[in-house]
Amino acid sequence: MTQAPHDTHETAPAGPAGAHGVELGMPELPAPDYPPEVRARLDRDAAEIIARYPGSRSALLPLLHLVQAEENHVTRTGIRFCAETLGLTTAEVTAVATFYTMYRRRPSGDYQVGVCTNTLCAVMGGDAIFDELKKHLGVGNGETTADGKVTLEHIECNAACDFAPVVMVNWEFFDNQTPESARALVDDLVAGREVRPTRGAPLCTFRETSRILAGFPDERDGAVEATGGAGPASLTGLRLHRGETTPARVVGQRGNPPQGDAGLYDTPTSPSPAEHPSSHDAPATTAESDPDHPADPVADHATEEGR
Amino acid sequence: MTYEPAEKLLAPVLSAFWDDPRSWTLDTYRRHDGYQALDRALAMPPDDLIAYVKDSGLRGRGGAGFPTGMKWQFIPQGDGKPHYLVVNADESEPGTCKDIPLLYANPHALIEGIVIACWAIRSHHAFVYLRGEVVPVLRRLHEAVREAYAAGYLGKDIKGSGFDLDLTVHAGAGAYICGEETALLDSLEGRRGQPRLRPPFPAVEGLYACPTVVNNVESIASVPAIVLRGKEWFRSMGSEKSPGFTLYSLSGHVARPGQYEGPLGLTLRQLLDLGGGMRPGHRLKFWTPGGSSTPMFTDEHLDVPLDYEGVGAAGSMLGTKALQCFDETTCVVRAVTRWTEFYAHESCGKCTPCREGTYWLVQLLRDIEAGKGRPEDLDKLQDIADNINGKSFCALGDGAAAPIFSSLKYFRSEYEEHIQRGECPFDPARSTAWADTSRTEAHA
Repeated sequence: MTQAPHDTHETAPAGPAGAHGVELGMPELPAPDYPPEVRARLDRDAAEIIARYPGSRSALLPLLHLVQAEENHVTRTGIRFCAETLGLTTAEVTAVATFYTMYRRRPSGDYQVGVCTNTLCAVMGGDAIFDELKKHLGVGNGETTADGKVTLEHIECNAACDFAPVVMVNWEFFDNQTPESARALVDDLVAGREVRPTRGAPLCTFRETSRILAGFPDERDGAVEATGGAGPASLTGLRLHRGETTPARVVGQRGNPPQGDAGLYDTPTSPSPAEHPSSHDAPATTAESDPDHPADPVADHATEEGR
Repeated sequence: MTYEPAEKLLAPVLSAFWDDPRSWTLDTYRRHDGYQALDRALAMPPDDLIAYVKDSGLRGRGGAGFPTGMKWQFIPQGDGKPHYLVVNADESEPGTCKDIPLLYANPHALIEGIVIACWAIRSHHAFVYLRGEVVPVLRRLHEAVREAYAAGYLGKDIKGSGFDLDLTVHAGAGAYICGEETALLDSLEGRRGQPRLRPPFPAVEGLYACPTVVNNVESIASVPAIVLRGKEWFRSMGSEKSPGFTLYSLSGHVARPGQYEGPLGLTLRQLLDLGGGMRPGHRLKFWTPGGSSTPMFTDEHLDVPLDYEGVGAAGSMLGTKALQCFDETTCVVRAVTRWTEFYAHESCGKCTPCREGTYWLVQLLRDIEAGKGRPEDLDKLQDIADNINGKSFCALGDGAAAPIFSSLKYFRSEYEEHIQRGECPFDPARSTAWADTSRTEAHA
């Protein structure tokens, strides 16, 4: 696991109640605070966030993103910070942090790789991509590679169905993926090479992404304009309307947009379909339908919340 | 069947300049008449503006189709309380993919619409609740808001009108249920996103128990065009009860997936003809008119007018115009199982029928998909779905029941085949985007 600078705060008292919460004994000790200089910096950020809202509690979701930006996941220290800042109990903050899937509740990778396996993407190949990545990285859903680089998960519909199958990395779009392109993508992440999405800015780490989610604009040069105005599928109707593509001519789809936008859109590598072993995406071995997957929907939900 | 040329059938308004290399900037927006509607709106008394939008016939584009102007009119005036506008940008309904590309390519259309709407309802603070999982869109919204403040379209004394408005962009944290307007409000107040019992409706007690309008992105973004080009122009498109333009999102096994903007009331056949049909060598099997929560259609419904009344009369809902098209290689049991797993995962847990019902639907469906189902399971599916439908606070439960009811109606024999054969008769490899070698070779 890559150590975020302040991960050490969390190593403090696991207590006999520990992670599993079955042993009787001493209750868990309160979470330690951040070091004073970190706390002072976070207090300034928090004041800025709270000022955006008429009611301070509205700042809780961004504050939880903020503590993830500090420690890579929501720690007990982070929960304590949110509670003290907003005048809530840690139980109230925990109730919220466990409800939303974007809050990670254990140390996780620098890159959150999410494969859409909702129906449309799954059918279009998302199941095959997810299987390929599990095998290639040697991790299961919600698990992190040993080097702490990549956390793999399957995600729900991410509003890019016309670019299916879709993979998200740190919530940037990687459209029209294949098992091969997705494997190359995670190889690049693990190797530390610069990775650019099809829509979005060159990848930053999960912690940096979390800061943007807390409402602090991305200050990197070129981040806003990266990858241009709209993805090619978004322009399909407009181009037909302009007569730039001929109706009823069945060519040029998926990752091969009609010409005229060269340079706006870097197409991920498109392998020959012949290379694809078709046995990969049998439904019985997919994310939630996996017979080896120990969870039923309720337990699975708990697992999701456990991220 | 007569075929209109594409130029006539489609009518890009919001998407008209998405292919501009810097489409998201204030400069580009202004070059395309941006913020001119605001001048016109600020010159109108707010009540007249509400009446104008009401007369235009604009209906909510987030799924329910409630008249936008009427929502605005419900806000009590002179009540001494703050009023809020909250834009629902939590686009998460499976298949729905219009607001995210809209905000990515043209965020100023939303911001101008927000200023106009807030002038109408006398609100001085608006929020955009954007789902968190779309950082590229968040980045551009941050930038667009910054530009709008710098140019005087937001902040104090907007364009010398004396009108003040602040706009806060709020990123969610991953919960489909927050697309439901009252769950969204709870979430925006820093709580778990769980729907509220109504009444009171948000128009009376919404955000911080103050009068609140919650509108979809596309609804608000459509307002500037209506104000600038006129309600008559807007009504010249679509039908009497479903006027105007809209974004249709075509996805799945189609030759050209993407956004198609045109008048309400187009048919899937027209859109498919424009886009080159289904992928070569395949035919349409089933599709959703407006996301997974709208009962599915089959190739019998290709000529249903895609407007609120037309789709309703055919037994479904227009929803978000998310036209997910699946061809004959797709197993409907697999599709419905996966959607149901989604609803089970996203059920907030507040209402028992939805929380428990979706769990049991998943158990049954997984067995059936794996060939381990029993014949009586089909009636049980129907029964459980019936016990969820209409029996929960919000529409998530109804949405979960929709794919069950509609797939059993049109494809019961396919469920039975799974049970009789003891396995799924489909090869999922044939459904993938890369399944047909010839397709790739065609443009290699």
